[in-house]
Amino acid sequence: MIAIVDTAIEAGALITQVRTDACGAVVTFLGVVRETSAADPRPVERIAYEAYASMAVPEMEAIAAEARERFGPIEIAMVHRTGDLALGEASVGVAVAAPHRAAAFDACEYAIDELKARVAVWKQERFRDGDRAWRANTVSKRT
Amino acid sequence: MMVRVLAFARLREVLGFGQRDVELAGGATLESLWLQLTSAAPDAAGLRTATRFARNGALADGATTLCDGDEIALMPPVGGG
Repeated sequence: MIAIVDTAIEAGALITQVRTDACGAVVTFLGVVRETSAADPRPVERIAYEAYASMAVPEMEAIAAEARERFGPIEIAMVHRTGDLALGEASVGVAVAAPHRAAAFDACEYAIDELKARVAVWKQERFRDGDRAWRANTVSKRT
Repeated sequence: MMVRVLAFARLREVLGFGQRDVELAGGATLESLWLQLTSAAPDAAGLRTATRFARNGALADGATTLCDGDEIALMPPVGGG
């Protein structure tokens, strides 16, 4: 499953989607809303996400295809959530199943790094003091 | 001709719309569309260098000529994850 969703991301559901009897390794990554901003000392209370889904989903599909090309026969699920999320809620989820763990770890890391660098999603930190700030990602370490 | 313009994140806020149908003269480019939209939104003009354009779902540069019915996206640097 590659999707932009507006409901909670469940790691268990992602695992169910990717696991097959040929796979001995499943790696999952969840990005969750945290209180600490990378660029502002004030505590974050929520993060609002928006996406251009008709570009974001094809880009996520391209990243999944690249991961399969680089890391071999893997199954991969990628979802990003939009809307107003509270601390601890998952904004993004990636699950990769592979025959062995090295490919699963590598493909999962590749997918989340590329997603953060390329996919048409934006976030706005909402601070406890009521102020708000749009926050762009720093360039992926893989680019 | 008419194009549909989508503006995201900070651009949505400074331009004052998330989606708008815009009337353009024939031969209009993405750059001329940008100038038309930002002439009334001084806060947006300074965001040009950080803004990427997409035309019908594909990234496109400012010189791209527009067609009737195009869907144009104005996109700040991404922040997913």
